[in-house]
Parts: sequence; structure tokens; C-alpha cells
Amino acid sequence: MALTATLERLDATFAALADPTRRAILARLARGEASVKELAEPFAMTQPAISKHLKVLERAGLVSRGRDAQRRPCRLEVEPLRDATTWLAEYRRFWSESYERLESLLDELQEGQ
Amino acid sequence: MIITTPTDREISITKKFAAPRRLVFDAHTRPELLKRWFGPHDWRLEVCEIDLRPGGAWYYLMRGPGGTTMTLRGTYLEIAAPERIVSTESNVDCEARAAHEAVGTLVFVEHAGRTTLTNTIRFPSNEVRDAVLSTGMARGVGEGLDRLTALLAATSGSPAPR
Repeated sequence: MALTATLERLDATFAALADPTRRAILARLARGEASVKELAEPFAMTQPAISKHLKVLERAGLVSRGRDAQRRPCRLEVEPLRDATTWLAEYRRFWSESYERLESLLDELQEGQ
Repeated sequence: MIITTPTDREISITKKFAAPRRLVFDAHTRPELLKRWFGPHDWRLEVCEIDLRPGGAWYYLMRGPGGTTMTLRGTYLEIAAPERIVSTESNVDCEARAAHEAVGTLVFVEHAGRTTLTNTIRFPSNEVRDAVLSTGMARGVGEGLDRLTALLAATSGSPAPR
């Protein structure tokens, strides 16, 4: 569909969102920035394991890291999420409006029979 | 209309129509019929060319608000009238898409004079996703999609500092 245009960009977003731990990290960051240590606490995961997930999120542009050398706080970047949601909404609109018209057309064609 | 994500590379729409499948199939394969329904309300399908055979091409030119145009084209891979159509599709206006075609599958199932249409699009893989999938961590794009809206709703109330 036309809407596939932005899909490659969104691909990384969706892949990053496919993992429950990464979604939980994003949900936590939605409440405010946090260090890796703070993020690791509620997950019963080691900091290196969390860092691995953070790298995927960073590559997808969903998370950025602060410059503070000690803490390097993680923060949520909402733009890619917005793009992904927008894309899905457009895809839905495209087909729901098309199919509404198709329903009317099918009715019309059957009346004529 | 139900929208689902059956696998990590697919988005699927299911819709029931009160018509026999022959008619629904025709509405998807005859240009004069397609022009009467294909596209959102503010778009018009101006050009619709269909060579309905495996290896045959299709070409749609759509015009939207303010004269914006959108060109879609693809090649039919499989035609089983009136049950199934498989074709590649790409958006000509987006160069990056040309080398990465998606594959669309339409399945028409008739029951008691009504037709259930399943419209599935399978997207090409890419390096980033493969890297993620190869770690064995990914549970599928589907879950990501399903939770996306909820997550965004949670984030929009308190935008992250930039």
C-alpha cells in the first residue's frame, strides 16, 4: 500500500517494540529519565542485559542517552512511536474507508441483478 | 473490520461482505469496479490497469487532496479465481520501496452467500529486524503493534524532556 512508504523506517521501531522487556523499559521511561542501574532494578536482570536492550532501543531511535559521564541517563524519544502509530492509523483509515465504499458498491451491484 | 498482526512481518485485515465471493473478487480485479471503491474518501483511483495472470502487472494512479498523486504497482504472483490473489506491491513514489516490495495476499471465503475477505500484507525483512530476531528475544512485531497505542497514550500525557 501507499502506506508502505514509511514502513522501512518504522521497521526498527516495531522490532524494538516486539520484546516485553523493552516495552517495559519504555513504559518506565515514559514516567521520566532513569539510569541503567535504576532501570535494571525492577527487572531482576543484570545491568549488561538491560544495556543490551537499551542498545536496540537506541538504534531504533526510541531512547537517547544523556551526556553526564557517570550516570548517562536514558530518556524516551516519542517521535518514532508517534510515526508508527500514525502509520497504523492511516493504514486502518485507508482500508476502512475503502471497504465502506466497497460495501455500498456490492449492494448496488446486487440490486441490479 | 478487524486488523491483526499474524506474524512479525505481516498485517492482516479481515472484513465480511454481504455478497457472494465471485462479486467481491470481481470488485478487486475489474478496473471499472475498482475505480468505484478503492481508496479513502478524499482519494480517487484515476488510472487502474490490470493484467490478471501470474506474471502480469497492475498499476494504480491515485489522486488525493490538493491534487497529490500516489502511484502503486506490482506483479501478480498467483491468481485462483475467485478464491485467492497474491501479488507484489510497491509505492513508485518512494524510491526506497522499489527494491523492497511487499507481498499482498487476498483470500475470499464464501459462507451462506456472504464473503469473508482477508487482506494480508507481508513486508520485506531488513537488517535491523533480522539482527533483533536473531537474538531470539523478539516475540514478533505483532505484540509491538498491539501495545503501541497503549504505550503512546501513556507517554503523550508526559512528554519526555528533549
